[in-house]
Amino acid sequence: MSDSGNVISVRGLKKSYGSTQAVAGIDLSIAPGEIFALLGPNGAGKTTTVEILEGFRTRDSGQVSVLGIDPSIKGAPARIWRNRIGIVLQSTSDAGDLSVHETVAHFAKYYANPRNVDEVVQSVGLSEKSDELIRTLSGGQRRRLDVALGIIGSPELLFLDEPTTGFDPEARRAFWALIKSLRDSGTTIVLTTHYLDEAEALADRVAVINHGQIVEVSTPAMLGGRATSLATVSWLSESGPKSERTDNPTAVIRKLSEIYKEEIPELTVKRASLEDIYLEMIGGADEAE
Amino acid sequence: MKQNKVPSALTIGIARGGLEIKQFLRQRESVVFTLAFPIMLLGIFGSVFTNELTDGVTFSQYFVAGMIASGLVNTGFQQLAIMIPVELDFGTLKRLRGTPMPASSYFIGKVIVVFATMVVQVLLLLVAGIIFFGVNLPSDPAKWLTFTWLILLGSAASTSLGIAFSVIPKSGRGASAVVSPVVIVLQFFSGVFFVFTDLPAWMQQVAAIFPLKWMTQGMRSVFLPDSFAAREVAGTWETERTFLIILAWFIAGLFISIRTFKWEQDK
Repeated sequence: MSDSGNVISVRGLKKSYGSTQAVAGIDLSIAPGEIFALLGPNGAGKTTTVEILEGFRTRDSGQVSVLGIDPSIKGAPARIWRNRIGIVLQSTSDAGDLSVHETVAHFAKYYANPRNVDEVVQSVGLSEKSDELIRTLSGGQRRRLDVALGIIGSPELLFLDEPTTGFDPEARRAFWALIKSLRDSGTTIVLTTHYLDEAEALADRVAVINHGQIVEVSTPAMLGGRATSLATVSWLSESGPKSERTDNPTAVIRKLSEIYKEEIPELTVKRASLEDIYLEMIGGADEAE
Repeated sequence: MKQNKVPSALTIGIARGGLEIKQFLRQRESVVFTLAFPIMLLGIFGSVFTNELTDGVTFSQYFVAGMIASGLVNTGFQQLAIMIPVELDFGTLKRLRGTPMPASSYFIGKVIVVFATMVVQVLLLLVAGIIFFGVNLPSDPAKWLTFTWLILLGSAASTSLGIAFSVIPKSGRGASAVVSPVVIVLQFFSGVFFVFTDLPAWMQQVAAIFPLKWMTQGMRSVFLPDSFAAREVAGTWETERTFLIILAWFIAGLFISIRTFKWEQDK
């Protein structure tokens, strides 16, 4: 444990598939109790990195420590390590012939210190569906069941891979509240997501990965110099819409309020969104959709 | 510090076995396909071919012995070689890999569901054979001993070969189309649907490589009178050889399963 205190520490991680270098030297430190989001376009090395951390893939080189353990561990020590971790994968789909409660109760038997089954089912908002067969659940409900199975073992560290894909806005809000409550109870969370608003709403820190390397690690508010980037002040003047780019929007508004005395028509102050910054960082062209 | 004593592989394996049986019973198709279909076949073949092979042995009785042997293949090899690719496709296995559940528990669960369905299938076939086709239960304890090891070793071999073969189907949806023909062809070659000695010599020789032929012959040694042994290829029941060949297949299946088993479908 060289980086004592960190839940995850990664130094110089590399992984190639044939001649393609998926991960080209990544360093990461994730502290206890934080929600850490990994952002990046498809093929950037996100999934490979996370799957190495989860012990699903081998690495070519570099040092990796997850909860003080090398994830390439095997046998009985691997079971003790896995007992401390929860993993919510992308799109798991079971045959669905078991009820929600049966499934969660069964997974509870794998762990040394499982949480109370009913409490977990309730915490993911599936109490009403507890006795229903999985195949009757909606996509969002299935996803919440996936999370229930990820947290039933009372993990110290939870991996969430694109957890809200296919959710309606209301379900996403509820889901975010659930993830925050897990963080507040001390669980460290590593999140990969395509949704920038999700990273912004949840993450304490974000890392942007592109071409197998970390572009930047920062808080969502500070990423890419976002906090200090130029703001755009827009309003409706007598001659039509006007806008001004400035590093001091307060001064602009002060000036405007002297002109208009009362309400400044259709006033907005807009800073670069996380998405603007992100697209700039990954070079825009990689995700032209 | 929390205690980190994870439940034993056996405890989890037994829990998985219970869960697998529950899932099996809730899938109507699997119940029908695995359990009812052999009974239907027994009804059809047993009613069509009513001729007597030798004194006191009808084709129906010969067929019942073959179907019981096939039951070992259906519940083990066929069931697992179809079910495991489906679980790979669904990501069920990958999710399990992310938990403290060891691979051995997964296999213990499979062994339990195979054994449970096998016992039910063999009992159903036996009862149908006794009621409708005049099959007599053996009175010789030695025959019951043969029956017992045939069932145990046969389903063990069938299970290990099913897990080994499960790497061959490329997807869960196609698995049944890959696996079922193998089983059906083997049944034709191994003297289930026809009297083995009536088959062309090359077919007999091919069948003799595979375990089903030996399982059917073993079951005939249990359920047919000893006088019938004279009508077998070797003129005897070849009990020792049967044991050794099925054992060899069990070991081969086990070895291949351990070497090739994977948690994720190749992309």
